[in-house]
Amino acid sequence: RESTEPAGRVRRRFTVAGLVQGVGFRPFAYATAADLALAGSVANTADGVVIEAEGPAEAVREFGRRLRADAPPLAMVTAVDETPLEPVGGTGFTIAESSAGGQARTLASPDVATCDDCLAELRDPADRRYRHPFITCTNCGPRFTIITGLPYDRAATTMAGFAMCAACRAEYEDPADRRFHAQPIACPDCGPRLELHTPGGDRHPDPLRGARELLAAGRIVAVKGLGGYHLACDARNADAVAELRARKRRGGKPFAVMVADLDTARRLVTMTDDEERLLTGVRHPIVLLPRRAGGDVAAAVAPGNPDLGIMLPYTPLHVLLLGLPGDPTGPDALVMTSGNLAGEPIAYDDADAARRLAPLADAFLRHDRAIRVPCDDSVSRHAAGAELPIRRSRGHAPMPLALPFEVPPTLAVGADLKNACALGAGRYAWVSQHIGDMDDLSTIDALSGTEAHLERLTGVRPETIVADLHPGYRSTGWARDHAAGRPVRLVQHHHAHIASVMAEHGLGLDERVIGVAFDGTGYGTDGAVWGGEVLIADYKSYDRATHLGYVPLAGGDASVLRPYRMAMAHLRAAGVPWHPELACVAACPPAERDVLAHQLETGFGCVPTSSMGRLFDAVASLTGACHAVEYEAEAAIILEGLAASAGPAGDGYRFGPPADPGPVIRAVAADVLAGVPAATVAARFHAAVTALIADLAELGRDRTGLDVVALGGGVFQNALLLDAARRALRERGFTVLLPRLLPPNDGGLALGQLVVGACC
Amino acid sequence: MGHGGGGAMSAELVEHLFLPGFGAAAATGLGDSAVVTAGGARLAISTDSFVVKPMFFPGGSIGDLAVNGTVNDLAMSGATPLYLSTAFILQEGTALSELARIAEAMGAAATAAGVRLVTGDTKVVDSGSGDGVYINTTGLGVVADGVDIAAHRAAPGDAVLISGDIGVHGVAVMSCREGLEFGTAVRSDTAPLHGLVAAMIATGADLHALRDPTRGGVSASLNEIARAARVGVDLVERDLPVPPGVRDACSLLGLDPMQVANEGKLLAFVPAAQAGDVLAAMRAHPHGEDACRIGTVVSEHPGMVVARTALGGTRVINLPIGEQLPRIC
Ligand SMILES: [Fe+3]
Ligand SMILES: [Mg+2]
Ligand SMILES: [Zn+2]
Ligand SMILES: [Zn+2]
Repeated sequence: RESTEPAGRVRRRFTVAGLVQGVGFRPFAYATAADLALAGSVANTADGVVIEAEGPAEAVREFGRRLRADAPPLAMVTAVDETPLEPVGGTGFTIAESSAGGQARTLASPDVATCDDCLAELRDPADRRYRHPFITCTNCGPRFTIITGLPYDRAATTMAGFAMCAACRAEYEDPADRRFHAQPIACPDCGPRLELHTPGGDRHPDPLRGARELLAAGRIVAVKGLGGYHLACDARNADAVAELRARKRRGGKPFAVMVADLDTARRLVTMTDDEERLLTGVRHPIVLLPRRAGGDVAAAVAPGNPDLGIMLPYTPLHVLLLGLPGDPTGPDALVMTSGNLAGEPIAYDDADAARRLAPLADAFLRHDRAIRVPCDDSVSRHAAGAELPIRRSRGHAPMPLALPFEVPPTLAVGADLKNACALGAGRYAWVSQHIGDMDDLSTIDALSGTEAHLERLTGVRPETIVADLHPGYRSTGWARDHAAGRPVRLVQHHHAHIASVMAEHGLGLDERVIGVAFDGTGYGTDGAVWGGEVLIADYKSYDRATHLGYVPLAGGDASVLRPYRMAMAHLRAAGVPWHPELACVAACPPAERDVLAHQLETGFGCVPTSSMGRLFDAVASLTGACHAVEYEAEAAIILEGLAASAGPAGDGYRFGPPADPGPVIRAVAADVLAGVPAATVAARFHAAVTALIADLAELGRDRTGLDVVALGGGVFQNALLLDAARRALRERGFTVLLPRLLPPNDGGLALGQLVVGACC
Repeated sequence: MGHGGGGAMSAELVEHLFLPGFGAAAATGLGDSAVVTAGGARLAISTDSFVVKPMFFPGGSIGDLAVNGTVNDLAMSGATPLYLSTAFILQEGTALSELARIAEAMGAAATAAGVRLVTGDTKVVDSGSGDGVYINTTGLGVVADGVDIAAHRAAPGDAVLISGDIGVHGVAVMSCREGLEFGTAVRSDTAPLHGLVAAMIATGADLHALRDPTRGGVSASLNEIARAARVGVDLVERDLPVPPGVRDACSLLGLDPMQVANEGKLLAFVPAAQAGDVLAAMRAHPHGEDACRIGTVVSEHPGMVVARTALGGTRVINLPIGEQLPRIC
């Protein structure tokens, strides 16, 4: 049909919807039209970007194709609507001024890593932005973290106070320029200023050189980045890393490392092409990668951890901090950990940072471009053939997710750990950046601030609030305290985990799945602590088809922090005596052993749990790998690392029907007592859990006829398990839905709460 | 099932079930005690039921609690307790010798507290095969003119004081009931506190609020006051007097000492300028020898209690929910 169209002149209107404003879409349309010699115009409107293009039919068709295929890196095109118009003639292509009126449902863009064009200029001695720490263009740089309001315009950013110089102004106003309407545009003449401030000392004449010297000398420097302050030190300097760990009171939680370039990364970790793409993509997340033997960062960077979290410099300041060719040598790998005390949210306000970080940092490398909202680094890994987000934050927020059905204006407050909230309205959901663990008052305040700013950016005014069912969750308390008469709906934790995966995969209101939610802790409707659940679920409701057999969890968080307690609880439930030669038994102080035995016997201070996360903890302790955890999922991470390091491990253990952990525990204990290596035990245990998932899915299919399985919950951060489970399920003919856009852990919970809360 | 735990759930029962049911007949709040005016006199009235298991424990018995608990509820409104009623619900099979020990304990406690037991009632129920004794006591006291002590009066700038070590009663009862040893022996702190309160009032300080942190412990009491007064409470975690026996037991059991019951301690909210005088008076009294300051009332974060931790963070202290649930994932 296309080929029968006359080759004469045509005019078409393209209405492009999605995240298309503030991302260089108009210059892109302009350049594309110029390239195809088309006439017409492009404008920002409340409906999106509206383009009228006129010229030979073939060229206009090609224009439509490129609109979809070649959109700028930050754009997210959700729909292109086309209408034929009468040709009006003319030759020029114009960019119309933004109409300030209309509803501000423009979508704010996330912050992205410095683009190659900007990097080239940064390194080019002939460029006027040579070594300018704030170089940016329409394709890169700060957005979300500097936006103060909408519509997105320089006046509505923290760059409002910087008057553009004539040269910058000319670029800003030139539709053909890469910096056309790049709101954070700046240059050494008119841009923000860097300073190196040493408490009690002078300001350094060359801040970057000074900072590099301090880092090379093993000092700790607070560096103001995109979404907050980092604390930086030389990752290869054991003393510096130990000092940072002590000052931050960080326990054993791993630090992320920023490396100068890919070559440095390759010396520290092994990576596949996929992982390399993840590392170098527009977001530049922290990527968890297996350490290379002999990769010599200090042991204290990530003690006992099989992986290292690596990222590349994502702002010009970071690039300069790690040095350009010709600079005096300095560290090529920096620990870059969020600027805070353990448990507090990241510092981003200059005065607050000066106060809070003064005891932690030897110097401050900072500047006068304010950060409007904090945004932590994102963390990702590659698993089961694609990206698996672990923390969805910088580079993502506030990108909306498309919803499979309309929702009324709703706020979901997320969970208590790795908290992120979400707003939804119509067909969009905006999941906030990472907020943190809701133990600390400042994190609860951060939830209030984040939620308010998200409302401002999206224009969504929630009429319903959704929270977790857990009676002790502070996030649920926050929802009640902030309800102001609005209904607060409570959603079961694992239902939300599964619904989150369903929503990101676009499942409709009438669809049901076999949901396998393997997790650490979630409050169940029977008052037990769930976490090894098979839910036959749609958005509205779920049927708890099977769950991991209950064992008593004694003493609440005490048994989470001390995995030997869970190991002993599982041993007891499985009828295995507490052999003193079992490492978990030996790890338990005798006095605690007696009390624990009594608790498990009488149920005093116990709550039943079906948690798969706690079973991983128990097995980790049984193998002797980990008896006390200092950060979430530590024991499971160590167990995964062990399993990954094992050679062929033989047969896996088998759960009893339908999901009785007893046989697995008995087999693990027998292997451990027989001297089977921990890695082998770990591998056999992973195989057992994989087989369990497949068997439970089969059971669900027999009962319901469904053959779509959704996997959710923090246990699926485990790449080894995720990959094996996906393969096993596919072999049995299941369609497998995995968390891909949001983390499987509680960081992805808010989306699930939102869709469940919005449709019940 | 957790509704008796002294925390969020009982508060919810009062708010969503009892108050609506009582309707116009209910006074606002339904607190632990009330001050009413009758015949020109200011009377404090309070009622409490005691169901503790075991009935005898190191440092006391259900009889001591039945007297001291109600005496203390009266004392927390600044009243001088005068009279108690007492009602017994006995399960069939209760040994008369035990009942006699309880009666003797009540007599001794009432004498020590200077209150008279003036009326009573006994019922026998055949529920179950148990041998339990449940005791209700209602107390009447008088409040001197000028004394105005109430949770809602806690105000920014107040010092928060505690009369001594926390958590000992709960741990004593628990270790006895469960047959557990936690190294150091811990005895219940059950005691009548109106003498201590009188000594505090005698300093002339403007006592804003008093509370005996029984069920739900210090956490529950501080949260209740923070909510009632719409103020924030800032604690310094290391200033909380937790004796080693309590600390060890809580660590083994995974309990928070702040959520463990006390039966002979009080929390006081007094203007910071008068805190020194009040503390001195408390320390001079046998039931307040180890009194200390644990925090401050602030206008920030109204309704919330936070503790500055050793790590430099600000941990939010929740209203206990009546059972121990992990929050960590
Ligand atoms: Fe979870
Ligand atoms: Mg009482
Ligand atoms: Zn750029
Ligand atoms: Zn300029």
